[in-house]
Amino acid sequence: MKLKKIIFLIYLFFFTSLQANVNKSELLEIYKNLRCLVCQGQSIADSNSDFAATIKLVVQDQIKEGKTKDEIYTFLASKYGEWIVYQPNFNRNNFLLWSLPYIVLVLGGFVIFFIVRKNKKQ
Amino acid sequence: MKISISKIIIFSFVVFFLSIFWLGLKKENNYDTKNIIGNRISNFQLSSIYNNKFISEEVLKENKFTLINFFASWCAPCRAEHQYLLNLSNKKKDIKILGINFKDKKNNAISFLNELGDPYNFVAEDTDGKASILFGIYGIPESILVDSELTIIKKIVGPIDQSQYEEILRLIQ
Repeated sequence: MKLKKIIFLIYLFFFTSLQANVNKSELLEIYKNLRCLVCQGQSIADSNSDFAATIKLVVQDQIKEGKTKDEIYTFLASKYGEWIVYQPNFNRNNFLLWSLPYIVLVLGGFVIFFIVRKNKKQ
Repeated sequence: MKISISKIIIFSFVVFFLSIFWLGLKKENNYDTKNIIGNRISNFQLSSIYNNKFISEEVLKENKFTLINFFASWCAPCRAEHQYLLNLSNKKKDIKILGINFKDKKNNAISFLNELGDPYNFVAEDTDGKASILFGIYGIPESILVDSELTIIKKIVGPIDQSQYEEILRLIQ
């Protein structure tokens, strides 16, 4: 019986510490994708400004309420504009930003293909 | 004259990237809040600094126009804009002013209003600043002019000056 209690306590300890680490890394990931609007080139994760501290509190509250990462980004973007999020959503204005690497990759493939074919013919 | 396909592709890429750089240089990179004009404010409930009363969006919907002003006793520019808030409060019946006391001590805020005058129809507290995030605030003083639907008509970042005061008067005509 005593052994069972000890195993239960060990399990509880590891589970809670693991959960805390997961929450911390999730929070850090969100902070890193949010721009500090009052700092030059810093994310919320990097900044100790008053604004960053408040945003961190709001994000923590929303995580506690069970909101997802995307819901938090959408909420903050609705308040501050998409500028607050480092990784913007796919839309009409930034479709080139998202699609250009793939377009370049395909075009590059064609260029290499034609060069190789031309060299073979020669 | 024979032009190879690869030269056309390279030339197109050079033109394309130069156009991107040119457009990028022309674009305004400073953050502004133009994009939140037209958004609606919702889901807030704030408590008064004087008593246990609360204010929510339902109360603001009764006003034709509401100016939501974020201030603090420790904020020097808030003193500079205070006269304009008092003028609005005294001269215009169509506009109500909601003051939100940002990251401040209650006693200091009350002393501030006793000293300079109280232009607000309701003074709410935001001790930890979390409520300010609901309004898209990132520093004080900031003011948001909303209509009866709580649609943002104008946002003023920094203290209200003469030209902004006149613009508020024009918008609430």
